[in-house]
Amino acid sequence: MGYKTINEANEAVIQKIVAAAPFLTDVVPAKSVIPELEEHVLLHAGPPIKYENMTDPMQGSCVGAILFEGWAEDEAGARELLENDKITFIPCHHVNAVGPMGGITSPNMPVLVVVNKETGNEAYCQMNEGIGAVLRFGAYNEQVINRLHWMKDVLGPVLSKALKTIEGGLNVNVLIAKAIAMGDEFHQRNIAASLAFLKEVAPIISALDDVEKEQRTEVIQFLADTDQFFLNIAMATGKAMMDAAATIEHGTVVTAMCRNGENFGIRIAGMGDEWFTAPVNTPQGLYFTGYSAEDANTDIGDSAITETIGVGGVAMIAAPAVTRFVGSGGFNDALETSNQMTEIFIGENPNFAIPTWDFKGACLGIDARKVVETGITPVINTGIAHKVAGFGQIGAGTVNPPIECFEKAITAYAEKLGFTE
Amino acid sequence: MLYTIIKENTYQDSIVLMLLSNKLSAMDGVNKVSIMMGTPANKDIFKSSGLGTDELENANPNDIVVVVDTDQEDKVSEVEAEIEAELKGNSAAQDESKAQEAHNWKKAMELANNPNLALISIPGQYAAMEAENALNEGLHAFIFSDNVSKEDEVKLKQKAHEKGLLVMGPDCGTGIIHGLPLAFTNIVKEGDIGVVGASGTGIQEVTTIIDRYGKGVTNAIGTGGRDLSTEVGAITVLDSIKALNQDPKVNVITVISKPPAEEVQQKVLNVLRNIEKPVVTLFLGDKPAYQEENIYHAYTLEEAAVVSVQLSNGEKPNFEPKIVENVNVALKDSQVGIKGYYSGGTLASEAAMLLKDAFKDEVPAEKKEAYILKTKHHEIIDLGDDIYTQGKPHPMIDPEKRIEMLETSGNDPETAVIMIDNVIGYGSHDDMANELAPTIKRVLEKAHQDGRELAVLATVVGTEQDPQGYDKQIATLKESGAIICETNDQMVRTAISLVGGKVEQPVLDVQNFEHTKEDLSVDEKIMSLINSNPSVINIGLKSFTEAVKESGSECVQFNWRPMAGGDEKLMKVLQFLNYYEGDTSNGLQNN
Repeated sequence: MGYKTINEANEAVIQKIVAAAPFLTDVVPAKSVIPELEEHVLLHAGPPIKYENMTDPMQGSCVGAILFEGWAEDEAGARELLENDKITFIPCHHVNAVGPMGGITSPNMPVLVVVNKETGNEAYCQMNEGIGAVLRFGAYNEQVINRLHWMKDVLGPVLSKALKTIEGGLNVNVLIAKAIAMGDEFHQRNIAASLAFLKEVAPIISALDDVEKEQRTEVIQFLADTDQFFLNIAMATGKAMMDAAATIEHGTVVTAMCRNGENFGIRIAGMGDEWFTAPVNTPQGLYFTGYSAEDANTDIGDSAITETIGVGGVAMIAAPAVTRFVGSGGFNDALETSNQMTEIFIGENPNFAIPTWDFKGACLGIDARKVVETGITPVINTGIAHKVAGFGQIGAGTVNPPIECFEKAITAYAEKLGFTE
Repeated sequence: MLYTIIKENTYQDSIVLMLLSNKLSAMDGVNKVSIMMGTPANKDIFKSSGLGTDELENANPNDIVVVVDTDQEDKVSEVEAEIEAELKGNSAAQDESKAQEAHNWKKAMELANNPNLALISIPGQYAAMEAENALNEGLHAFIFSDNVSKEDEVKLKQKAHEKGLLVMGPDCGTGIIHGLPLAFTNIVKEGDIGVVGASGTGIQEVTTIIDRYGKGVTNAIGTGGRDLSTEVGAITVLDSIKALNQDPKVNVITVISKPPAEEVQQKVLNVLRNIEKPVVTLFLGDKPAYQEENIYHAYTLEEAAVVSVQLSNGEKPNFEPKIVENVNVALKDSQVGIKGYYSGGTLASEAAMLLKDAFKDEVPAEKKEAYILKTKHHEIIDLGDDIYTQGKPHPMIDPEKRIEMLETSGNDPETAVIMIDNVIGYGSHDDMANELAPTIKRVLEKAHQDGRELAVLATVVGTEQDPQGYDKQIATLKESGAIICETNDQMVRTAISLVGGKVEQPVLDVQNFEHTKEDLSVDEKIMSLINSNPSVINIGLKSFTEAVKESGSECVQFNWRPMAGGDEKLMKVLQFLNYYEGDTSNGLQNN
């Protein structure tokens, strides 16, 4: 079915976003829900990219994932596989998944399962590993690989058991609504949501008879230590919402934004699965001592799916505690940022009311036309990776997509509808 | 050397601490410094950035840890003091809310306090669209931009009239609204003379002369040069006249325009004949053929100003043209030419009008391009004309072209008199007199060396309140050897008399005309515009916002940008998508 005007089509898309009913139902091995993840297949963040064009941290993540899977004995062996095209790469977005930073996901990694009950589609995302040396920032030392094994053998199965005891799974919209009132924006800051999640699962995990006490303690401790645990839940949720919205197949609402360190890619509803890409920017932000913008990796990760659903940097005003990442300003700058974002979004999402914004709903539906019209691009909150694999995170800040993505997308859509110059 | 400071049981958000780290790193004598909470992960970061110390290991996750790398031990206490001060005074800095600017209508309307006037100075092709938006928002529009089509002007003014709003312009260079100078305008004392003008420098000349006579103008409403065309039908002029008539503070109404289309002139006169207040009209270029009981028809700008002042004083109109006497310049017989190089278009037209009057026999039938007037001996040029401003600033801002013209005509042995104007006020050059003075001096000296004498006449359009200062501009020009004339009228008549000519001032009979009754009522919104301090939204040139604020009125700057950065293809794409009507499935099937 078509629509009479672009506005009508866009209205249908945003209704689909509002109607979404995301539930966190399980944690499972990636290969069990993503059949494409066969031996020697890895998922990555962003639009399609070749191994040789990946930035160093993403390549490092690939090494780590291969070592984790045991496809090679050591780094040299892993590099050999990679450099000789023995590894097949698929963007997470192509298989109902999203991945943070490098987004490198291998068959045996556990993934969170979020079901959109309104439409029945599922979305997946690996779990947050915490901070410091972690795979998503390109680290692949023993500690990193050991943690991945622990997540596969302990964290994943325990959470799976816990979630299965909740009838129908955990209602993510409820968690988001609660946490937004406690100052999270779900990209830079997830501490309230992570605690709200822990509050739900801690009593259940404690009562799991068939899990050893030591493992239960480890899991609870890990969740308590991992402030950003909810980020990956939010990402899978965003993916589940936007994949459903994309089924409208008309209009100019942005249904995905992601980066692979080389290119920024967006999709719009009217152009289906087609990526519109342009070279990524480098984030601006605050650096840990000893590091500067010169050390920063270019923009990377699928986490911009949070901004696509109107949270993250777009909802800066929701999270006063992290507002100072917007330049060196404070509350007023954050307010200005969020107010400015209303110019490129179509509406407000009543499910996510923001108290610090006088209970205005989070921004709903980026209209690619408005981005091109105004020259205003969505603000994305992001961690900043060191450009050399293994250093991990060196700062945090904000980044904007290149406007060319939006220009290409609306031009292609206009041409599809019969526009000629 | 590394020094460790641990502040036990003190928590601060990591962002606060990162900002503080950045600040402290900039301190003299500090090689490197980092402040973080003492968590295990942070301790690793300290170590990997070369700031690992033994004391660090004693810190707990709830302690603030500072590691300073410095060669001067006394720096450590300085760093500590800075941290104390910073953590204490953290909240104060945020309070001052900065002056806010808008980049769209929604935001502009939010920021503005009961706005009633939009000042538009964006490129012409977009100006009509934004003026329409302004009217839709219920604002009067002052359109400084030119290159707006006549069709758009008609549409906008009709719409405005229906809504009880006023459109001033397009191509409206000058205006005073309730004492507030807009665009290129002089600071004129407030007073009981109300001016409506279809020409920018015409308004400036008349209002500044009024000011120098000690009277004032609270409203000088610019209408744009085409308002009195047949198509536009004087919509803005008529609404403005009616508004000034309704305003009890206005005692004299002065209307300035080029000669309008005949039927429009009759329409305007008919309205004026319904009005009881004394009226002065100037249709510059037409020599008046009669006077009326209540309407004084002036011939020149100075005359319109002087008579307005006399009427405002309750005196009988009595204008005696003046010239500068005792000009001590010995011209040779071969020196016969008057050359006028103007920055003010209306002033140039007035000069041409008077020259034609004085030298009727010389005036060629056809107008020569790039000249306001070109006769065998004389020439009047408006350097503000598009031909001269291609890619260059207006001559009120850029002296270059005038300097060139002064030199060329100064070298011409036939030149007797050179005339220049200096229009000051908001928007004009900071000190044009100072730019022109050296050239005037040089030209006079050079002529002297050649055994000639030359008269350079100059007039300044402005008031003592203007930023450039009237007296200072006069003094600089006088110093250079120019002969100062109080008005353009006097300058041109002086020039004419120097080459032996004369302009006859008409002596006219009073005639009476029948008139049809006019509805003189005017919308309250227009009355409130001219009766109270305007609250302005300025779309375009930022300097206009500053000028409005300096004059004590409220103004919100709207930083307008063309859609899609002005990219034409993208603008077409957007237009296509924004106005797409049909079935969005069509394309899918075609593919």
